[in-house]
Formats: sequence, structure tokens, C-alpha cells
Amino acid sequence: MSTRTLITVPPTARRGDVIEIRTLIGHPMEPGFRADTQGRQLPRDIIRRFACIYGSETVFRAELSPAIAANPFIAFHTVAQDSGTLTFLWEGDNGFSHSESVTLTVT
Amino acid sequence: MPLSRLVLAVAMMLAAATTHAGDDTRRSGFEFMGPTTQALQRDDGANPGMLWVGDGEDLWNRSEGVIAPSCASCHGDARQSMRGVATRYPAYDPIEQRPLDLGARIQACRQRHQGAPPYEAESRELLGLQSYLMFQSRGLPTAPPADAQLDSARARGERLYRQRIGQLDLACAQCHDEHAGQHLGGSTIPQAHAIGYPTYRLEWQGLGSLQRRLRNCMSGVRAEPFAYGAPELIELELYLATRDRGMALEAPAVRP
Repeated sequence: MSTRTLITVPPTARRGDVIEIRTLIGHPMEPGFRADTQGRQLPRDIIRRFACIYGSETVFRAELSPAIAANPFIAFHTVAQDSGTLTFLWEGDNGFSHSESVTLTVT
Repeated sequence: MPLSRLVLAVAMMLAAATTHAGDDTRRSGFEFMGPTTQALQRDDGANPGMLWVGDGEDLWNRSEGVIAPSCASCHGDARQSMRGVATRYPAYDPIEQRPLDLGARIQACRQRHQGAPPYEAESRELLGLQSYLMFQSRGLPTAPPADAQLDSARARGERLYRQRIGQLDLACAQCHDEHAGQHLGGSTIPQAHAIGYPTYRLEWQGLGSLQRRLRNCMSGVRAEPFAYGAPELIELELYLATRDRGMALEAPAVRP
């Protein structure tokens, strides 16, 4: 099954409002230090980078490490400027790349 | 909403309210958790269990197998047709002539009507459908059926609950009845109410069924766990459901 995310963005905001954006993505975040039942080491499979692009500007960016739990939840704030698209981008090991877009209406 | 459904909804709310009144000392595992874990469960935008509920919704509408009807082509919109269904499980299945829990019921439906092979135990698909159906009954009181055909299995379930097992020689009842609210290592022992399953456990970093939880406890007391789908596990689930009668379902719950 495909990658699934939960994104919470207020549908509308007034210009200048500080808005909270919350994201959750389904991902195992396998740290690379564990062994399977046969004793073989499980290769690392984590999300390395997360970014949120608002219009054309990157308003939030994070680097993730192996110590972060599965299904990482990332919440942050930004200032509502103009109506536009928020694009969320997750990139990780094994060529993992997933993006989602949400429309924000600023009044 | 038709009047009859409104009346039913009010009656259910009253039923749920009365079970908390007076001398009912039953407490959901939710009440034994810290405030941050509680907040995680309450917020559908942060509760990771909602990822599985979304999977379940997709699967519900997807056609499968050779004969290929989707769940929705028989059952329609789950938000209406499946409301309250999960409160009645495990239930007696006249075709297999044994009690089935919700997961086993999904598997049976899949094989009988979709001509598709059963899902693997604890697979993302099975847990997805299970949590999607449980989600349709979130907040409704558990209503185990008064079906005499379940009586013997229920009685065996209760016997299992009270039977000492494993190298540690412990019964479920010794921890969850006699020492509920106290601590086992760093963890608070809850009262064994299975109203939040499938549950997202922080320890598992994933969603798991009640059977996974029961098997976990069994290996914890160093007993050999029953296999997934074993009649003994369903008997235990049946007995647990009678203890939960009237308590509101929470799935997908979050537990530490």
C-alpha cells in the first residue's frame, strides 16, 4: 500500500496570523541498529529530510535522525502571507520521496 | 437523521452515562495514561492510528479477488451501514459454527464473498479494515450479544483468564484484577478493558490487534502464546467483551 500522511492546516487564515501546521507520515523509521529474528542486521531505512514550501519560499526544514520514532509527527508555525499552496516534502533512504500539497486561503 | 436513530443515539448515550455512575469502578486504560499520551489519542490529526483508518477506508472501497465485489458494493457506506457493528463482536458465526472476532469476520467475508485469500495476521490491510470498522463505532457502548451459543466459549474464556500459566505462573486476573492501578516495572497495570483495539502502542511503534496484546502478555509470563486466530484467543476476547459491556469504544486508541 502507498505512503499515507495526515496534514492539519487551517483552511483559512487572516494575513499576518500565526498558523500551526501539523504533519504525520506513515514510515517505519528503521534505525539500522536492530537485528531481525535470524540475527541479520536490518538496514537503515529512515526519512532524512523534511521541508515545507509556502508559495515559493521554504518556511520550515528539518533533518531527521535514526533516533526518531516510526510515523514521525512534525508540527511548526508560520505566518499567513498570501493565499497559495503549501507543499510538504519528505525524502529518505532507498530513494524515498513523498510530497503532498494543501491550499491555504488568506483573507 | 430519522427520529428512531436519534432516540437510539440518546438511549446509547444514557446507557453509557449510567455505566459510569455510582459503584462502577471500571476504568479504561486511557485513564491510567499520562496527559501527553491522552492528548495524542484525542487528536485525530496526531493519532497515528488514523493512518490505518485511512488505509481501511481505501480498502473498503477497493474491489478484490476474482469475483471482485468491494466491501462497499455489498455493505454500502460504512459510515452508516457499519455504525455500531463492532460493538457486538466477537459474535457467533452460524456457517463456521464458532465465535469469530471482527478480524476473523473480515477474513471470512473476504474468502466467502470476494473469493480472495485471507490477509496475513497483523498485516497493514487487515488492521486497516479492522480499525476502519471499529472507528465507525467509536464512542458507542460495547454490547456483547446475549447469544446462548456463545456461553460455553465465554466460560472457557473466563477460565483461561483466571488460569495460572507460564514459568512465572501468573494468571491474567492476578495482575489485571488484583493489582490494577499498581506498577509492573515502570508501567501502570490497567484493568484489562479491551475497548481500544486495534491500538497504536508507542512500544510497538505501530498498530496491533487485541490478539497481539494477549500474545504479548503470554510471552511476558513466559508461556507459549496461542497462535493468531486460535479459538482460545477468541474465547478470551469474548470474556473480555462481557467485562467491557457498556463502556465506550475508543479505537484507534493510543497506549504507551
